[in-house]
Amino acid sequence: MEEPQELSVQEKKETSGQERPAPGRYFVPSTDAHETEGGLTLVMEMPGVRRENLEVTLEEGVLKVEGRLDFSRYDGLEPVYTEYNVGHYERSFALSEKVDQQNIGATLENGVLTLTLPKSPAARPRRIDIS
Amino acid sequence: MARHPSPFDTMARLQQALDSYRTSPWLSAGLSGGGAFPPINVFRKGEGFALVAEIPGVGKDDIEIQVKGRSVRLSGNKAMAYPEGSATHRRERLAGRFDRALSLPIEIDPDHVEAELSDGVLTLSLNRAERDRPRTIKVA
Repeated sequence: MEEPQELSVQEKKETSGQERPAPGRYFVPSTDAHETEGGLTLVMEMPGVRRENLEVTLEEGVLKVEGRLDFSRYDGLEPVYTEYNVGHYERSFALSEKVDQQNIGATLENGVLTLTLPKSPAARPRRIDIS
Repeated sequence: MARHPSPFDTMARLQQALDSYRTSPWLSAGLSGGGAFPPINVFRKGEGFALVAEIPGVGKDDIEIQVKGRSVRLSGNKAMAYPEGSATHRRERLAGRFDRALSLPIEIDPDHVEAELSDGVLTLSLNRAERDRPRTIKVA
């Protein structure tokens, strides 16, 4: 097996663009995207976001993920040294493939959201049998 | 008139405070491996400290926490697994092993460290060791 790499810190990126009515800073979650014959998998890092504060919507081919942070865990804590900031997370993806909207799967584990977006049957590659 | 703090105030204050302590020299003498994974925020909590680190994708069994004297050491492995034969469209997440130590200005009581891992965030509550506590001296 390959020796694993030494891990470095990724600086969080704030979202740019439109102003929001709700206050608070938003960050862009680091995301991996993979495609198989059956569909697309998106893996997003959103540390600190609880399941009940996560919202995934798909509208007109745009997948939007929003994870809101609960700041109550910081009650009574006074910062003395910091290396990162905290905030909500948001990111949108334009999906090129037709996605089977009824069967989108989402799991959240250890602050990592995994979305499985199966292709609709019409969009799947077909093997043509030659007779 | 009594003023109730709104959750938005709390949030904005926290974010501002976190920013302003980004340049804090508080730990500079004792900090080793700055810029190393995982990123850590340190908070004062009562007489002790709370360390909060973001380690998304790292499970309970993938991290080791050691406390000795004034220092805390976090080591482990952040792994990612993807199905064979999948095409990668985007790769932003990082994987690998990590090992970093942090020195605090207090002696830590190793018997009363609380560690909690939830939603990819590790919180360590550290208390000052009894023998490190200040003592009041009476003039005879």
